[in-house]
Amino acid sequence: MALDSSYTLKLASAIRRHAVEMTHLGNSSHIGSILSMTDIIAVLYGAILNLRPDEPRWPKRDRFILSKGHAGAGIYAALAERGFFSTDRLAEHYSNGSIFSGHVSHKGVPGVEFSTGSLGHGLGVATGMALAGKLDACEHRVFAVLSDGECDEGSNWEAILFAAHHGLDNLIAVVDHNKLQSLATCQETLGLEPFADKWRSFGWAVLEVDGHDHVALLNAFTSLPFVSGKPSVVIAHTIKGKGVSFMENQVLWHYRSPQGDEYQAAVKELESK
Amino acid sequence: MRDAAIKRLSDIAVQNPKVMLVTGDLGFGVLTTFAQNFPRQYINAGVAEQNMTAMACGLALEGRCVFTYSIANFPTLRCLEQIRNDVCYHDANVKIIAIGGGFSYGQLGMSHHATEDIAILRALPNITVVVPSDEWSAAGAIAALASTPGPAYLRLDKSSSRVGERAGETFVLGKIRQLRDGDDIALFATGGIVGEALQAADLLAAQGIGATVIDVHTIKPLDKDGIVAVARRTRAVVTIEEHNVIGGLGGAVAETLLEAGVSGISFRRIGLQDQYSSVVGDQGYLRRVYHLDAPAIVASVIDLLSHNSKP
Repeated sequence: MALDSSYTLKLASAIRRHAVEMTHLGNSSHIGSILSMTDIIAVLYGAILNLRPDEPRWPKRDRFILSKGHAGAGIYAALAERGFFSTDRLAEHYSNGSIFSGHVSHKGVPGVEFSTGSLGHGLGVATGMALAGKLDACEHRVFAVLSDGECDEGSNWEAILFAAHHGLDNLIAVVDHNKLQSLATCQETLGLEPFADKWRSFGWAVLEVDGHDHVALLNAFTSLPFVSGKPSVVIAHTIKGKGVSFMENQVLWHYRSPQGDEYQAAVKELESK
Repeated sequence: MRDAAIKRLSDIAVQNPKVMLVTGDLGFGVLTTFAQNFPRQYINAGVAEQNMTAMACGLALEGRCVFTYSIANFPTLRCLEQIRNDVCYHDANVKIIAIGGGFSYGQLGMSHHATEDIAILRALPNITVVVPSDEWSAAGAIAALASTPGPAYLRLDKSSSRVGERAGETFVLGKIRQLRDGDDIALFATGGIVGEALQAADLLAAQGIGATVIDVHTIKPLDKDGIVAVARRTRAVVTIEEHNVIGGLGGAVAETLLEAGVSGISFRRIGLQDQYSSVVGDQGYLRRVYHLDAPAIVASVIDLLSHNSKP
């Protein structure tokens, strides 16, 4: 796949439209969190991850774990757009009897590597997968996307220590750094700054990018590992709710579901882009 | 028990390079030989049990059979959600070894008393829970778990029933082990405290009371048929565990017997009576303090039978 952003931009638009529709139909939360990471997911699934939609368990696939599992609708949308299953099935999200749970689940969903939902789990599991890849001299890489609020969880910092200690340069963490968590800003809640310095001091190679700039993201993800022998982290500066103006930077949209006039306005704005 | 388990794991690691041992920075002197002989199959994850377990899950999902290792509650309760969400939900091939079951580390204090672990772990779907009573069954359990895919918890104890291998016996996961036969009462025990049950059976025999003694080494899946069959042959059942009476062996046996419609028997759970211990003492001392030793078992059995015999 060519490393230009024309496809990934289209993919991002599609994911955003699906996500608004899914959270509307499901009357579900976390649209802000999904829109925040959408460009990262579109670039990864559209241009970076080595995957075979017709062979989801292909042994040489790049592994991807969404550690911020509450944004699972965004992953289902990306997988459907990439052909892992029909986009028609996205309407099942959140419905009774469905396999598409609000927090991302691998059971019965082709292409989902690992189920998450409780924060602070994905990076540790990714670390084990990366270690296995090293032990077996495999070429594939292991990606984990975390939220910034999730970095409150101490388990992440255990994994961060471990990955650096073992030189897992096949492991890539991406932090969707939108600066808003469940109830307030990260700084008001539990200050993370100096965030990049923390990762550096733990032995990771750090790159900070605009998490909505596809070319910047493509450049970052085609420069892996940033330093040989070190795990890489992309701190992607993002805007929660990105793409729907009245959702942007509003903590309200961590939990609020798009309904009524707000749903119509969100659809209209996304379709106009 | 611990040494026998690690010795057997070493034998298996020679045959199977996919077997790995991950410790949470514990096992001084115990894991040294394994670490030296299998550097590519051994990792010290540091004092970081959440990552140890999640990381082990990642290794397992990539095709390895991973044993995690630590003391008492550290590899279980400290990282319980990693066991639940990561290991059990994904049916990952992770085997958790906790040494120091019950009061094994009695003098170290309450933090090191593993006295609720059986109840908590057996409540998780997909996991096998094994509590051996002696070195032979600890080694047998290691071998059985290594060849059985999926999550497991192996609780090892400092004390041992010292039963050892009996002629023609093989360790069978999920099957009770009958150690003594008697008509008056059935004693079901798990872990090293099976040794106290055997001593109690001797003391009871001297008083003319025949006790069947059953080693329930596999708490999950529980040998329900075996337990019901034993219970139907007697008029009283006592469970014995170095663990809270809530949710452990006693709870499992009670659930089984009631659901099977076993009636007309007396029943009692011997264990910790829903309490923590702040008393300092070794395993034997704390068993005496909390009425878990052979004389206390005998007294409890006699009391139960005397109530049972009244109209």
